[in-house]
Amino acid sequence: MAVTQAKGPVQVRGEVFSVKQVGDYLAMTVVASGIAEQTRPGQFVAVAVSGDDGSMLLRRAFSIYQVADRGVYGGTVEFVFAVHGKGTAWLARRRAHDPIDVVGPLGRPFKLPAQPAHCVLVGGGYGAAPLFMLADALRKRGCRVDFVLGAANADRLFGALDAKRMAASVAFTTDDGSYGEQGRVSDVLPEVIERTRADVVYACGPMPMLAAVQRVAGEAYAGAGIPVYAAVEESMACGVGVCMTCVLPVVGDDGQTRMLRSCVDGPVFAGDRIRWDALGTVPDDAVGAAAMKVH
Amino acid sequence: MGDVTIRTTADATPPADIDMSADLAGVVFADPVFTASGCAAAGRELAPYNDLTAIGGVVTKSIQLQPRSGRPTPRMAETSSGMLNSIGLQGPGIEAFLERDLAWLADSDVRAVVSIAGSSVEDYAKLAARLRGQPVSMIEVNISCPNVEDRGQVFACDAGASAAVISAVRRTAPSGVPVFAKLSPDVTDIVEIAQACVSAGANGLSLINTTLGIVIDTTSMRPALAGITGGLSGPAIRPLALRCVWQVHAALPEVPLMGIGGIRTGLDALEFVLAGASAVQVGTVIFNDPSAPARISRELRSALAERGIERLADVVGLAHRPPVPSVPEEPDPVGDELPEPAHPRHVSFEEASP
Repeated sequence: MAVTQAKGPVQVRGEVFSVKQVGDYLAMTVVASGIAEQTRPGQFVAVAVSGDDGSMLLRRAFSIYQVADRGVYGGTVEFVFAVHGKGTAWLARRRAHDPIDVVGPLGRPFKLPAQPAHCVLVGGGYGAAPLFMLADALRKRGCRVDFVLGAANADRLFGALDAKRMAASVAFTTDDGSYGEQGRVSDVLPEVIERTRADVVYACGPMPMLAAVQRVAGEAYAGAGIPVYAAVEESMACGVGVCMTCVLPVVGDDGQTRMLRSCVDGPVFAGDRIRWDALGTVPDDAVGAAAMKVH
Repeated sequence: MGDVTIRTTADATPPADIDMSADLAGVVFADPVFTASGCAAAGRELAPYNDLTAIGGVVTKSIQLQPRSGRPTPRMAETSSGMLNSIGLQGPGIEAFLERDLAWLADSDVRAVVSIAGSSVEDYAKLAARLRGQPVSMIEVNISCPNVEDRGQVFACDAGASAAVISAVRRTAPSGVPVFAKLSPDVTDIVEIAQACVSAGANGLSLINTTLGIVIDTTSMRPALAGITGGLSGPAIRPLALRCVWQVHAALPEVPLMGIGGIRTGLDALEFVLAGASAVQVGTVIFNDPSAPARISRELRSALAERGIERLADVVGLAHRPPVPSVPEEPDPVGDELPEPAHPRHVSFEEASP
């Protein structure tokens, strides 16, 4: 099947290839030629729910877990989700061959080290999904990869087998102690950074976890710190950069804070650029904050 | 509007032969479908999904004099067939907009309708003046903003304030560039505001803007949006928007209208045209389907073809024509001749004696 090598995101009216239960989550694979071929680790897809005439208009954004070339079927894209509300419940009811409208690949991918480096990949819950494509890409560059995976309980750990297969070591944490160490990923991260002599941390998961990872990595090596690349989870309406709902305060090269869109300026940001303490707010020193005082 | 013969689908016009052009106060656009302000940024993000040169144009996100950070998050909540938003007009300010966004639209041969917003009459006048000599096809004035000189009252909710903004904009705006006022539905009498804007020099009207709403998060038991209230948009408000277009077209049939509000398909767009809109804008549907502008244009063209309509302009306001009687009316009785009474006739009976 001939696939046009498109540049940038495409909208594909594809079909569901499979939906599988993975622990407490669902993994959906969709046939979406044009997306799979272009995807880089950390990018995401925006999926329409409820059909062409449905009542839920906003796209749901999911990190891409993996892509595959399935010959006659074309490229497929797999993403992981949990049933949180009506939109994800609708997705969970899809079956093979059901039509599905997917836009992707969207967003800026993880930056990869130019030289072989020691990399710690930290994932929380199904937020870990994009880290496995990343691990693959890092290993191809001769990087050492170590994982830290955490979740509320054993059923909510995602990708344990993938991690064990790909990484030099894997540390698990669960809030209830049902698997690995009881506690948070940030509790074990200092030891992992030290033991693996890590150069960089990649993280994906809930915002409080990402903030904690940045704090730990920033204090590593007696306060010298190592860089963090974090893929954020902000709620989005469109995923393509037009709705302006997924903003967060980020410091630019010029030292100025701007409200950036996580869909097109992210989802991956340098951890030390995000104003973690100001999430959900507009800091007074942000560009354009003064004008908001007028109305 | 001329006489229109609606033909059957048997002799439908090929879609390629349909004249889709829209004349908006003397400026002709080859296509009647535009992106709505605030739903397309400044166009660039939608270029991967649409040929933006093939639609009417891009109505840019409302721009103000200074950069604006917008409001805190959450800024959005999904509702049934709609959404609530409270962005706070985040934007780079007019200078960066001209340099970066408007220049991109011009370089890409995309027709630009620039939406402007301000906090005072003077803000609007300055913004319109700054558009002189710029590649702007039309100016849309977003008057759904609080007026700091009048205790934060929204311009669009008051005929006098709306008129003051429009006349200031018309005075300073580049001549030959139509000025459209974008009206809010949150008023008692939209025709009164429409008339005030037209008397003040508006060359046309865009209707409608979002309508105010609230969503409450039943988990936190607090309003879902950081800004508490937000603008409701999407197919949920389409009948409300159509009613506004209908009323304004009925009162001001010569004024060109841009119909906006919940358009999701070509047939939705056709409804607005039939109600009196010369062109339409599509907004919230873009979040659902980023290729919606081009798709809706295609669907509208096919819908006209199926109905044997060769020129879109011929059917603007067509729904206002009197209903066609389904059976021929009876001729009135003539002269002294009484009509034959209908049967059965009323018959009375005498009381029977015992």
